[in-house]
Amino acid sequence: MSSITVTPSRRGFSFGEYVTCLNGIVWREALRFLHQRERFVSALVRPLVWLFIFAAGFRQVLGISIIPPYETYILYEVYIAPGLMAMIQLFNGMQSSLSMVYDREMGNMRTLLVSPLPRGYLLFCKLLAGTAVSLLQVYAFLVIAWLWDIAPPPIGYLTVLPALVLSGLMLGALGMLISSGIKQLENFAGVMNFVIFPMFFASSALYPLWRVQEGSPMLYYVCQLNPFTHAVELIRFALYGQINWISLGVVAGCTAVFMIGAILAYDPSRGLARRGPAGGET
Amino acid sequence: MTAAEIPIASQPSPDMSARRAPAGAAALSIEGVSHSYGARRALIDVSFDVAPASFTALLGLNGAGKSTLFSLITRLFGIQAGRIGIFGHDISRAPGEALRLLGVVFQPRTLDLDLSVTQNLLYHAALHGIGRREARLRSGEVLARIALSDRAGSKVRDLSGGQMRRLEIARALLHRPRLLLLDEATVGLDVKARSDILNHVRQLVSEQGIGVLWATHLFDEITASDDLVVLHQGKVLARGQVSRVIADTGAQDINTAFMRLTGAVGKVGSEAS
Repeated sequence: MSSITVTPSRRGFSFGEYVTCLNGIVWREALRFLHQRERFVSALVRPLVWLFIFAAGFRQVLGISIIPPYETYILYEVYIAPGLMAMIQLFNGMQSSLSMVYDREMGNMRTLLVSPLPRGYLLFCKLLAGTAVSLLQVYAFLVIAWLWDIAPPPIGYLTVLPALVLSGLMLGALGMLISSGIKQLENFAGVMNFVIFPMFFASSALYPLWRVQEGSPMLYYVCQLNPFTHAVELIRFALYGQINWISLGVVAGCTAVFMIGAILAYDPSRGLARRGPAGGET
Repeated sequence: MTAAEIPIASQPSPDMSARRAPAGAAALSIEGVSHSYGARRALIDVSFDVAPASFTALLGLNGAGKSTLFSLITRLFGIQAGRIGIFGHDISRAPGEALRLLGVVFQPRTLDLDLSVTQNLLYHAALHGIGRREARLRSGEVLARIALSDRAGSKVRDLSGGQMRRLEIARALLHRPRLLLLDEATVGLDVKARSDILNHVRQLVSEQGIGVLWATHLFDEITASDDLVVLHQGKVLARGQVSRVIADTGAQDINTAFMRLTGAVGKVGSEAS
């Protein structure tokens, strides 16, 4: 029964093939995003509501002292802008994972997974594609924020890019890790509530941590341990041409851990096996 | 459109001669494969080969284990026991080499409905490392072959069921595989669309030398000269040329042969078309 003859099939993949694959996955993700205009609008409306309404209301309540990287007193809107940029990436990372659960249930994910390229690389490309989409959203937000007089130094628009890529990868990898444990789409909404809101509120996105410490030392430590806090601070410093080394280390470390965990935990049979015996597709 | 109207393989792929299998190489080799979902055993010690340039029908009722087997061959499931080889490349040890030679059409639709016909093909090509220029060239070729050139810019969700299936087959062939798996590819299609697709696939075997594993539960999709694997409740009950299986069971036709093998008289009546 066993075949001892091996038909030659080229071993390994060239650098060009890896790049082509990455381009294809990013292109497909961008196309899907652009086709879903509602998703683009809602991704922008969310932070803008915080900026225009929440920040305007809290401007008089929450004074911001001079803290790095700022060199002078700033408006509250200026303070929360990096937090809102990270929030866009947080929602996008979770939404990308949601689409992976959806793709897995609908069968589209199979197209990706039967590619001959290494599965870990394919999932990494998927993460990078999600990050690229989040960058489109963040820069659209920055344009609107600039019109609202939130204007970091011009070089900041460039120096923030690597920080956004790293934080986007971290949050996307976290979403993928979470989605690996989800058996079906319906379970995802609950997980979103248990992840997105605690991560966002227990961070330095809306208020500086020294303020939090004054109110609750315990919460302060929770915020310090929250990787999202460090994503926000990494973005905040990068937007002003500076590097927060601690945040860079935490975000880079968490990105590596989440990504390895997500790739190891990803089980394509999870959605299929569930549907198999029940759905007649056996 | 009838199958005769589909100008399949009017231009064989340039590297086709190089892709011919050496004598003795099985396009697909399944050896002692077993798989369980918890306590439920979906496949039990399954073994069979698919020869290059052959049409092998994998016949079984719903729940026989056909889709589980396909998921194992395509590496969507990890292999729990046994070995699967594609042209001699072990799917577990050398998945890249094996998957390069494999094209697959799954039972559920796996096209991206929001993308156009061409965009779906370009995406698939990218996943196989095929550059944009070459991908556009091949897309034009395969769309012409399945008579969908005029729908190249249409969104997939606007295609009929038969057109979607043809597109999925074209997509599976875009990277020029040598083994094609089709899992109940005609389910939900009308008689004409079924006939078109079946004839299209048979022409791929005869004209391009592609090995085909065709999973089905419909007897009228099988001819006497096909190779046959009968899968029932996770076990292979018979394998060999259809005429041989019929003769071995002392039956007059494949329908009766299947009933004798499985004892599934009542069930088969509703499956046969």
